[in-house]
Amino acid sequence: MLSKRIIPCLDVDNGRVVKGVNFLNLRDVGDPVEIAKEYNRQGADEIVFLDITATSDNRSTMFDIIERTANEVFIPVTVGGGIRTVDDFKNILRCGADKVSVNSAAIKDKTLISRAADLFGSQCVVVAIDVKRVPSKAEYNGIFKPDFGTNPDDFHVVMHGGRIDTGINAIEWAKEAEALGAGEILLTSMDTDGVKKGFDLEITNIISKNLNIPVIASGGCGCLEDFKNVFVETEASAALAASLFHYGELTVQGVKDYLKENGICVRN
Amino acid sequence: MMSKANIIVIDYGAGNLRSVEKALKYIDASFKISSNPSEVLSADSIILPGVGAFPEAMKKLEETGLADALKKHVSVNKKSLMGICLGMQMLFEKSFEFKETEGLGFLSGQVEKMQFDGLKIPHMGWNSLTFTKESPFERDITKKPFCYFVHSYKANTSDENIIAYTEYGSKVPALVGNGIVFGAQYHPEKSGDTGLKMLSNFYDWINNEL
Repeated sequence: MLSKRIIPCLDVDNGRVVKGVNFLNLRDVGDPVEIAKEYNRQGADEIVFLDITATSDNRSTMFDIIERTANEVFIPVTVGGGIRTVDDFKNILRCGADKVSVNSAAIKDKTLISRAADLFGSQCVVVAIDVKRVPSKAEYNGIFKPDFGTNPDDFHVVMHGGRIDTGINAIEWAKEAEALGAGEILLTSMDTDGVKKGFDLEITNIISKNLNIPVIASGGCGCLEDFKNVFVETEASAALAASLFHYGELTVQGVKDYLKENGICVRN
Repeated sequence: MMSKANIIVIDYGAGNLRSVEKALKYIDASFKISSNPSEVLSADSIILPGVGAFPEAMKKLEETGLADALKKHVSVNKKSLMGICLGMQMLFEKSFEFKETEGLGFLSGQVEKMQFDGLKIPHMGWNSLTFTKESPFERDITKKPFCYFVHSYKANTSDENIIAYTEYGSKVPALVGNGIVFGAQYHPEKSGDTGLKMLSNFYDWINNEL
Protein backbone atom coordinates (compact mmCIF):
# COMPACT_ATOMS: atom_id res chain seq x y z
CA MET A 1 0.00 0.00 0.00
CA LEU A 2 1.25 3.49 -0.83
CA SER A 3 2.33 5.14 2.41
CA LYS A 4 1.66 8.70 3.53
CA ARG A 5 4.85 10.75 3.45
CA ILE A 6 6.31 12.85 6.27
CA ILE A 7 8.55 15.64 4.97
CA PRO A 8 10.73 17.94 7.06
CA CYS A 9 11.45 21.31 5.46
CA LEU A 10 14.65 23.31 6.00
CA ASP A 11 14.84 27.04 5.35
CA VAL A 12 18.36 27.75 4.14
CA ASP A 13 19.86 31.24 4.05
CA ASN A 14 23.30 31.62 2.58
CA GLY A 15 24.19 28.04 3.35
CA ARG A 16 22.87 27.91 6.90
CA VAL A 17 19.60 26.67 8.34
CA VAL A 18 17.65 29.67 9.52
CA LYS A 19 15.19 28.42 12.10
CA GLY A 20 17.18 27.17 15.04
CA VAL A 21 17.63 23.48 15.28
CA ASN A 22 17.71 21.67 18.55
CA PHE A 23 19.41 18.33 17.95
CA LEU A 24 21.97 17.62 20.60
CA ASN A 25 23.66 14.92 18.58
CA LEU A 26 24.68 17.17 15.71
CA ARG A 27 28.15 18.60 15.48
CA ASP A 28 26.95 21.65 13.59
CA VAL A 29 23.30 22.51 14.16
CA GLY A 30 23.28 25.08 11.37
CA ASP A 31 24.59 22.79 8.64
CA PRO A 32 21.76 21.74 6.31
CA VAL A 33 23.60 18.58 5.29
CA GLU A 34 24.02 17.41 8.89
CA ILE A 35 20.35 18.08 9.57
CA ALA A 36 19.22 16.32 6.39
CA LYS A 37 21.24 13.28 7.46
CA GLU A 38 19.61 13.34 10.88
CA TYR A 39 16.11 13.49 9.34
CA ASN A 40 17.02 10.63 7.03
CA ARG A 41 18.08 8.65 10.09
CA GLN A 42 14.76 9.47 11.77
CA GLY A 43 12.87 8.02 8.81
CA ALA A 44 11.91 11.12 6.82
CA ASP A 45 10.40 10.16 3.45
CA GLU A 46 11.79 13.20 1.67
CA ILE A 47 13.66 16.38 2.48
CA VAL A 48 12.71 19.86 1.27
CA PHE A 49 15.28 22.67 1.14
CA LEU A 50 13.82 26.13 0.80
CA ASP A 51 16.49 28.57 -0.34
CA ILE A 52 15.55 31.93 1.12
CA THR A 53 18.82 33.57 0.12
CA ALA A 54 18.06 37.05 -1.15
CA THR A 55 20.65 37.27 -3.90
CA SER A 56 21.34 34.91 -6.74
CA ASP A 57 25.09 35.36 -6.12
CA ASN A 58 24.74 33.01 -3.22
CA ARG A 59 23.05 30.35 -5.29
CA SER A 60 26.29 28.40 -5.62
CA THR A 61 26.27 27.82 -1.87
CA MET A 62 22.93 26.05 -2.31
CA PHE A 63 24.34 23.92 -5.13
CA ASP A 64 27.10 22.76 -2.82
CA ILE A 65 24.57 21.83 -0.13
CA ILE A 66 22.43 19.83 -2.56
CA GLU A 67 25.48 18.05 -3.91
CA ARG A 68 26.81 17.15 -0.45
CA THR A 69 23.35 16.00 0.70
CA ALA A 70 22.87 13.81 -2.36
CA ASN A 71 26.23 12.15 -1.69
CA GLU A 72 25.01 10.82 1.62
CA VAL A 73 21.22 10.90 1.77
CA PHE A 74 19.44 8.46 -0.53
CA ILE A 75 15.87 9.67 -0.32
CA PRO A 76 14.18 12.22 -2.59
CA VAL A 77 15.29 15.83 -2.15
CA THR A 78 13.20 18.81 -3.28
CA VAL A 79 14.65 22.29 -3.63
CA GLY A 80 12.62 25.49 -3.84
CA GLY A 81 13.01 29.22 -3.39
CA GLY A 82 13.73 31.80 -6.08
CA ILE A 83 13.34 29.42 -9.01
CA ARG A 84 12.71 31.53 -12.12
CA THR A 85 13.91 29.73 -15.23
CA VAL A 86 14.29 26.25 -16.71
CA ASP A 87 18.03 26.78 -16.29
CA ASP A 88 17.43 27.01 -12.55
CA PHE A 89 15.68 23.64 -12.78
CA LYS A 90 18.54 22.17 -14.75
CA ASN A 91 21.25 23.43 -12.40
CA ILE A 92 19.48 22.16 -9.30
CA LEU A 93 18.67 18.75 -10.77
CA ARG A 94 22.27 18.40 -11.92
CA CYS A 95 23.47 18.80 -8.35
CA GLY A 96 21.48 15.74 -7.39
CA ALA A 97 18.07 17.11 -6.35
CA ASP A 98 15.06 15.07 -7.47
CA LYS A 99 12.39 17.73 -7.61
CA VAL A 100 12.27 21.48 -7.96
CA SER A 101 9.55 23.56 -6.40
CA VAL A 102 8.39 26.72 -8.13
CA ASN A 103 6.06 29.34 -6.70
CA SER A 104 5.69 33.01 -7.74
CA ALA A 105 7.62 32.66 -11.02
CA ALA A 106 4.98 30.17 -12.20
CA ILE A 107 2.23 32.65 -11.35
CA LYS A 108 3.97 35.30 -13.42
CA ASP A 109 4.74 32.93 -16.29
CA LYS A 110 2.64 29.77 -16.43
CA THR A 111 4.68 28.30 -19.26
CA LEU A 112 7.55 27.74 -16.82
CA ILE A 113 5.59 24.71 -15.54
CA SER A 114 4.99 23.21 -18.97
CA ARG A 115 8.49 23.97 -20.23
CA ALA A 116 10.10 22.36 -17.18
CA ALA A 117 7.76 19.35 -17.39
CA ASP A 118 8.59 18.85 -21.08
CA LEU A 119 12.32 19.06 -20.49
CA PHE A 120 12.72 17.17 -17.22
CA GLY A 121 9.44 15.29 -16.71
CA SER A 122 6.44 16.10 -14.55
CA GLN A 123 7.81 13.99 -11.70
CA CYS A 124 10.32 16.72 -10.81
CA VAL A 125 8.01 19.73 -11.11
CA VAL A 126 6.45 20.71 -7.80
CA VAL A 127 4.19 23.77 -7.85
CA ALA A 128 4.09 25.47 -4.45
CA ILE A 129 0.86 27.35 -3.82
CA ASP A 130 0.43 29.70 -0.86
CA VAL A 131 -3.22 30.30 -0.07
CA LYS A 132 -5.11 32.69 2.15
CA ARG A 133 -8.75 33.27 2.93
CA VAL A 134 -9.78 36.61 1.48
CA PRO A 135 -10.40 39.26 4.16
CA SER A 136 -14.12 39.68 3.52
CA LYS A 137 -14.87 36.10 4.41
CA ALA A 138 -12.04 35.41 6.82
CA GLU A 139 -13.21 34.47 10.25
CA TYR A 140 -9.90 33.27 11.45
CA ASN A 141 -9.35 34.13 15.10
CA GLY A 142 -6.65 31.76 16.13
CA ILE A 143 -8.89 28.73 16.37
CA PHE A 144 -9.41 27.14 13.03
CA LYS A 145 -12.77 25.55 12.45
CA PRO A 146 -13.03 23.74 9.14
CA ASP A 147 -16.35 24.40 7.51
CA PHE A 148 -16.67 22.31 4.42
CA GLY A 149 -19.61 24.34 3.17
CA THR A 150 -17.53 27.46 2.59
CA ASN A 151 -17.59 28.97 -0.88
CA PRO A 152 -14.35 27.88 -2.58
CA ASP A 153 -13.89 31.38 -3.96
CA ASP A 154 -12.76 32.36 -0.48
CA PHE A 155 -9.24 31.06 -1.09
CA HIS A 156 -6.80 33.22 -2.99
CA VAL A 157 -3.26 32.57 -4.14
CA VAL A 158 -0.86 34.88 -2.31
CA MET A 159 2.80 35.73 -2.81
CA HIS A 160 5.71 36.99 -0.72
CA GLY A 161 4.71 35.33 2.51
CA GLY A 162 1.08 36.35 2.14
CA ARG A 163 1.73 40.05 1.67
CA ILE A 164 0.49 40.15 -1.91
CA ASP A 165 -2.97 38.86 -2.79
CA THR A 166 -2.90 37.90 -6.47
CA GLY A 167 -6.70 37.66 -6.57
CA ILE A 168 -6.33 34.26 -8.25
CA ASN A 169 -8.69 31.51 -7.12
CA ALA A 170 -6.47 28.90 -5.44
CA ILE A 171 -8.48 25.90 -6.59
CA GLU A 172 -8.51 27.04 -10.21
CA TRP A 173 -4.77 27.69 -10.07
CA ALA A 174 -4.07 24.24 -8.65
CA LYS A 175 -6.10 22.62 -11.44
CA GLU A 176 -4.33 24.70 -14.04
CA ALA A 177 -0.92 23.77 -12.62
CA GLU A 178 -1.86 20.11 -12.95
CA ALA A 179 -3.00 20.62 -16.54
CA LEU A 180 0.27 22.44 -17.36
CA GLY A 181 2.28 19.42 -16.20
CA ALA A 182 2.95 19.79 -12.49
CA GLY A 183 3.71 16.45 -10.85
CA GLU A 184 2.82 17.53 -7.34
CA ILE A 185 1.34 20.47 -5.41
CA LEU A 186 2.88 21.83 -2.21
CA LEU A 187 -0.04 23.60 -0.57
CA THR A 188 0.64 26.04 2.26
CA SER A 189 -2.09 27.89 4.08
CA MET A 190 -0.83 31.30 5.20
CA ASP A 191 -3.69 31.43 7.71
CA THR A 192 -2.54 28.39 9.63
CA ASP A 193 1.22 28.59 8.94
CA GLY A 194 3.19 29.15 12.13
CA VAL A 195 0.08 29.03 14.35
CA LYS A 196 0.50 25.36 15.29
CA LYS A 197 -3.19 24.63 15.56
CA GLY A 198 -3.40 22.22 12.69
CA PHE A 199 -3.30 22.16 8.91
CA ASP A 200 -6.01 24.00 7.01
CA LEU A 201 -8.15 20.94 6.44
CA GLU A 202 -10.71 22.71 4.33
CA ILE A 203 -8.53 23.97 1.50
CA THR A 204 -6.33 20.85 1.67
CA ASN A 205 -9.45 18.74 1.30
CA ILE A 206 -10.86 20.71 -1.62
CA ILE A 207 -7.62 20.80 -3.57
CA SER A 208 -6.57 17.21 -2.91
CA LYS A 209 -10.02 15.94 -3.95
CA ASN A 210 -10.10 18.05 -7.09
CA LEU A 211 -6.68 17.05 -8.37
CA ASN A 212 -5.33 13.79 -9.67
CA ILE A 213 -1.71 14.53 -8.69
CA PRO A 214 -0.38 14.24 -5.11
CA VAL A 215 -0.83 17.17 -2.72
CA ILE A 216 1.56 17.94 0.14
CA ALA A 217 -0.17 19.68 3.05
CA SER A 218 1.87 22.38 4.74
CA GLY A 219 1.46 25.03 7.40
CA GLY A 220 0.15 24.78 10.90
CA CYS A 221 0.79 21.38 12.39
CA GLY A 222 1.46 21.60 16.11
CA CYS A 223 0.92 18.12 17.47
CA LEU A 224 0.66 14.45 16.55
CA GLU A 225 -3.09 14.62 16.08
CA ASP A 226 -2.75 17.28 13.38
CA PHE A 227 -0.87 14.78 11.22
CA LYS A 228 -3.60 12.19 11.70
CA ASN A 229 -6.37 14.68 10.92
CA VAL A 230 -4.85 15.80 7.64
CA PHE A 231 -4.58 12.20 6.44
CA VAL A 232 -7.99 11.09 7.71
CA GLU A 233 -9.98 14.14 6.63
CA THR A 234 -8.29 15.02 3.35
CA GLU A 235 -6.68 13.18 0.46
CA ALA A 236 -3.26 14.73 1.07
CA SER A 237 -0.44 12.36 0.10
CA ALA A 238 2.14 13.94 2.37
CA ALA A 239 2.51 16.36 5.27
CA LEU A 240 5.32 18.88 5.61
CA ALA A 241 6.58 20.47 8.80
CA ALA A 242 9.55 22.58 9.82
CA SER A 243 9.99 24.02 13.30
CA LEU A 244 8.12 21.20 14.98
CA PHE A 245 10.88 18.83 13.95
CA HIS A 246 13.72 21.33 14.19
CA TYR A 247 13.04 22.14 17.82
CA GLY A 248 12.78 18.45 18.60
CA GLU A 249 9.18 18.77 19.82
CA LEU A 250 8.40 15.76 17.67
CA THR A 251 10.60 13.37 15.77
CA VAL A 252 9.73 12.02 12.35
CA GLN A 253 9.84 8.52 13.80
CA GLY A 254 7.52 9.57 16.64
CA VAL A 255 4.99 10.93 14.14
CA LYS A 256 5.17 7.75 12.09
CA ASP A 257 4.74 5.48 15.11
CA TYR A 258 1.67 7.47 16.11
CA LEU A 259 0.18 7.37 12.61
CA LYS A 260 0.78 3.64 12.40
CA GLU A 261 -1.00 3.08 15.72
CA ASN A 262 -3.89 5.00 14.24
CA GLY A 263 -4.14 2.81 11.18
CA ILE A 264 -2.45 5.12 8.70
CA CYS A 265 0.06 3.49 6.35
CA VAL A 266 3.56 4.91 6.77
CA ARG A 267 6.98 3.62 5.82
CA ASN A 268 8.64 2.19 8.90
CA MET B 1 42.18 -9.25 -3.24
CA MET B 2 39.67 -10.44 -5.76
CA SER B 3 39.25 -8.02 -8.63
CA LYS B 4 35.94 -6.24 -8.52
CA ALA B 5 33.31 -6.54 -11.22
CA ASN B 6 33.03 -3.46 -13.36
CA ILE B 7 29.59 -1.98 -13.91
CA ILE B 8 28.91 0.44 -16.72
CA VAL B 9 26.10 2.91 -16.20
CA ILE B 10 24.62 3.92 -19.53
CA ASP B 11 24.67 7.67 -20.13
CA TYR B 12 22.04 8.71 -22.64
CA GLY B 13 20.91 11.85 -20.82
CA ALA B 14 18.65 10.22 -18.21
CA GLY B 15 17.68 12.40 -15.28
CA ASN B 16 18.62 9.99 -12.51
CA LEU B 17 22.11 9.20 -13.78
CA ARG B 18 23.75 11.28 -11.04
CA SER B 19 21.72 9.65 -8.27
CA VAL B 20 22.61 6.18 -9.51
CA GLU B 21 26.26 7.26 -9.69
CA LYS B 22 26.20 8.53 -6.10
CA ALA B 23 24.54 5.35 -4.82
CA LEU B 24 27.11 3.11 -6.55
CA LYS B 25 29.89 5.23 -5.13
CA TYR B 26 28.35 4.89 -1.67
CA ILE B 27 28.23 1.07 -1.84
CA ASP B 28 31.83 1.11 -3.07
CA ALA B 29 31.12 -0.55 -6.40
CA SER B 30 33.59 -0.33 -9.25
CA PHE B 31 31.78 1.45 -12.07
CA LYS B 32 32.09 3.75 -15.02
CA ILE B 33 29.65 5.99 -16.80
CA SER B 34 29.68 5.66 -20.54
CA SER B 35 27.80 6.56 -23.70
CA ASN B 36 30.26 4.75 -25.95
CA PRO B 37 28.79 1.51 -27.44
CA SER B 38 32.14 -0.27 -27.84
CA GLU B 39 33.22 0.61 -24.31
CA VAL B 40 29.88 -0.60 -22.99
CA LEU B 41 30.68 -4.06 -24.36
CA SER B 42 33.57 -4.41 -21.91
CA ALA B 43 31.24 -4.29 -18.89
CA ASP B 44 30.74 -7.15 -16.44
CA SER B 45 27.26 -5.78 -15.89
CA ILE B 46 25.25 -2.81 -17.07
CA ILE B 47 22.85 -0.48 -15.32
CA LEU B 48 20.37 1.36 -17.51
CA PRO B 49 18.91 4.32 -15.61
CA GLY B 50 15.95 6.32 -16.81
CA VAL B 51 13.51 9.09 -16.05
CA GLY B 52 11.36 10.61 -18.75
CA ALA B 53 9.42 9.48 -21.79
CA PHE B 54 9.77 6.06 -23.46
CA PRO B 55 9.83 7.02 -27.18
CA GLU B 56 12.46 9.73 -26.67
CA ALA B 57 14.70 7.45 -24.58
CA MET B 58 14.47 4.53 -27.03
CA LYS B 59 15.24 6.86 -29.91
CA LYS B 60 18.40 8.03 -28.15
CA LEU B 61 19.52 4.45 -27.41
CA GLU B 62 18.99 3.47 -31.04
CA GLU B 63 20.59 6.55 -32.62
CA THR B 64 23.72 6.22 -30.50
CA GLY B 65 24.15 2.50 -31.16
CA LEU B 66 23.67 1.82 -27.46
CA ALA B 67 20.57 -0.31 -28.07
CA ASP B 68 22.60 -2.71 -30.24
CA ALA B 69 25.41 -2.73 -27.69
CA LEU B 70 22.96 -3.64 -24.93
CA LYS B 71 21.56 -6.52 -27.01
CA LYS B 72 25.06 -7.79 -27.73
CA HIS B 73 26.02 -7.48 -24.06
CA VAL B 74 23.13 -9.76 -23.07
CA SER B 75 22.80 -12.21 -25.96
CA VAL B 76 26.43 -12.58 -27.09
CA ASN B 77 28.49 -11.70 -24.00
CA LYS B 78 25.86 -13.28 -21.71
CA LYS B 79 26.36 -10.54 -19.13
CA SER B 80 23.76 -9.14 -16.75
CA LEU B 81 21.76 -5.96 -17.12
CA MET B 82 19.62 -4.01 -14.70
CA GLY B 83 17.17 -1.31 -15.75
CA ILE B 84 15.81 1.29 -13.34
CA CYS B 85 12.39 2.96 -13.70
CA LEU B 86 12.14 3.93 -17.40
CA GLY B 87 15.27 1.79 -17.89
CA MET B 88 13.23 -1.15 -16.56
CA GLN B 89 10.31 -0.38 -18.85
CA MET B 90 12.59 -0.33 -21.88
CA LEU B 91 13.54 -3.98 -21.21
CA PHE B 92 10.09 -5.02 -22.46
CA GLU B 93 8.86 -5.57 -26.01
CA LYS B 94 6.92 -2.35 -26.42
CA SER B 95 5.32 0.62 -24.71
CA PHE B 96 2.18 2.65 -25.29
CA GLU B 97 3.48 5.86 -23.72
CA PHE B 98 2.31 8.59 -26.16
CA LYS B 99 2.55 6.15 -29.08
CA GLU B 100 3.35 2.51 -29.65
CA THR B 101 7.14 2.19 -29.49
CA GLU B 102 9.32 -0.88 -29.66
CA GLY B 103 11.49 -1.56 -26.62
CA LEU B 104 14.66 -3.62 -26.19
CA GLY B 105 12.63 -6.83 -25.98
CA PHE B 106 14.64 -8.69 -23.31
CA LEU B 107 11.49 -9.47 -21.35
CA SER B 108 8.08 -10.43 -22.73
CA GLY B 109 5.33 -7.94 -22.06
CA GLN B 110 4.36 -4.36 -22.72
CA VAL B 111 4.21 -1.04 -20.88
CA GLU B 112 0.79 0.54 -20.38
CA LYS B 113 -0.75 3.59 -18.75
CA MET B 114 -1.87 3.09 -15.15
CA GLN B 115 -5.53 4.02 -14.83
CA PHE B 116 -7.58 3.50 -11.72
CA ASP B 117 -10.54 5.47 -10.49
CA GLY B 118 -9.75 7.58 -7.47
CA LEU B 119 -6.02 6.90 -7.45
CA LYS B 120 -3.55 9.67 -8.01
CA ILE B 121 -1.22 9.42 -10.99
CA PRO B 122 1.79 9.48 -10.96
CA HIS B 123 2.10 6.68 -8.46
CA MET B 124 4.49 8.71 -6.32
CA GLY B 125 5.95 7.82 -2.95
CA TRP B 126 6.97 4.83 -0.84
CA ASN B 127 5.14 1.59 -1.47
CA SER B 128 5.82 -1.92 -0.15
CA LEU B 129 7.13 -4.86 -2.16
CA THR B 130 5.90 -8.45 -1.98
CA PHE B 131 8.49 -10.93 -3.25
CA THR B 132 7.22 -13.86 -5.28
CA LYS B 133 10.45 -15.46 -6.44
CA GLU B 134 14.10 -15.60 -5.54
CA SER B 135 16.50 -13.05 -6.97
CA PRO B 136 19.91 -11.49 -6.30
CA PHE B 137 18.23 -8.58 -4.50
CA GLU B 138 16.35 -9.60 -1.36
CA ARG B 139 19.11 -10.98 0.90
CA ASP B 140 18.91 -9.37 4.39
CA ILE B 141 16.03 -7.16 3.29
CA THR B 142 13.06 -6.83 5.64
CA LYS B 143 9.83 -8.49 4.64
CA LYS B 144 7.64 -6.19 2.56
CA PRO B 145 10.24 -3.41 2.26
CA PHE B 146 9.15 0.10 1.27
CA CYS B 147 10.71 1.52 -1.88
CA TYR B 148 10.34 4.87 -3.65
CA PHE B 149 8.23 4.91 -6.82
CA VAL B 150 7.50 7.66 -9.35
CA HIS B 151 5.77 6.50 -12.52
CA SER B 152 2.58 6.74 -14.56
CA TYR B 153 3.06 3.62 -16.71
CA LYS B 154 3.49 0.01 -15.65
CA ALA B 155 4.65 -3.24 -17.15
CA ASN B 156 2.08 -5.81 -18.16
CA THR B 157 3.98 -9.08 -18.08
CA SER B 158 3.60 -12.73 -17.11
CA ASP B 159 4.10 -13.87 -13.51
CA GLU B 160 7.29 -15.72 -14.41
CA ASN B 161 8.99 -12.37 -15.03
CA ILE B 162 7.89 -10.85 -11.72
CA ILE B 163 10.26 -11.02 -8.75
CA ALA B 164 8.28 -8.63 -6.56
CA TYR B 165 5.13 -6.61 -7.02
CA THR B 166 3.58 -3.65 -5.27
CA GLU B 167 -0.08 -2.76 -5.00
CA TYR B 168 -1.56 0.40 -6.42
CA GLY B 169 -5.08 -0.17 -7.65
CA SER B 170 -3.93 -3.59 -8.79
CA LYS B 171 -0.70 -5.56 -8.74
CA VAL B 172 2.09 -3.50 -10.26
CA PRO B 173 5.36 -5.25 -11.22
CA ALA B 174 8.03 -3.66 -9.00
CA LEU B 175 11.05 -5.88 -9.56
CA VAL B 176 11.22 -8.00 -12.69
CA GLY B 177 13.77 -10.37 -14.13
CA ASN B 178 14.45 -13.45 -16.09
CA GLY B 179 17.88 -15.05 -16.14
CA ILE B 180 20.41 -12.25 -16.34
CA VAL B 181 18.15 -9.31 -17.16
CA PHE B 182 16.56 -7.43 -14.25
CA GLY B 183 14.55 -4.28 -13.76
CA ALA B 184 13.25 -2.17 -10.88
CA GLN B 185 10.20 0.04 -11.42
CA TYR B 186 11.09 1.87 -8.19
CA HIS B 187 14.26 3.86 -7.61
CA PRO B 188 16.68 1.79 -5.49
CA GLU B 189 19.02 4.80 -5.55
CA LYS B 190 16.33 6.82 -3.76
CA SER B 191 14.95 4.11 -1.49
CA GLY B 192 17.16 4.78 1.51
CA ASP B 193 19.07 1.95 3.20
CA THR B 194 16.76 -0.67 1.64
CA GLY B 195 17.56 0.48 -1.89
CA LEU B 196 21.30 0.69 -1.20
CA LYS B 197 21.24 -2.82 0.24
CA MET B 198 19.47 -4.13 -2.86
CA LEU B 199 22.08 -2.52 -5.09
CA SER B 200 24.91 -3.93 -3.03
CA ASN B 201 23.27 -7.40 -3.08
CA PHE B 202 23.11 -7.13 -6.86
CA TYR B 203 26.76 -6.09 -6.98
CA ASP B 204 27.75 -9.06 -4.81
CA TRP B 205 25.83 -11.33 -7.15
CA ILE B 206 27.65 -9.89 -10.20
CA ASN B 207 30.98 -10.52 -8.48
CA ASN B 208 29.98 -14.11 -7.76
CA GLU B 209 29.02 -14.61 -11.38
CA LEU B 210 32.47 -13.53 -12.62
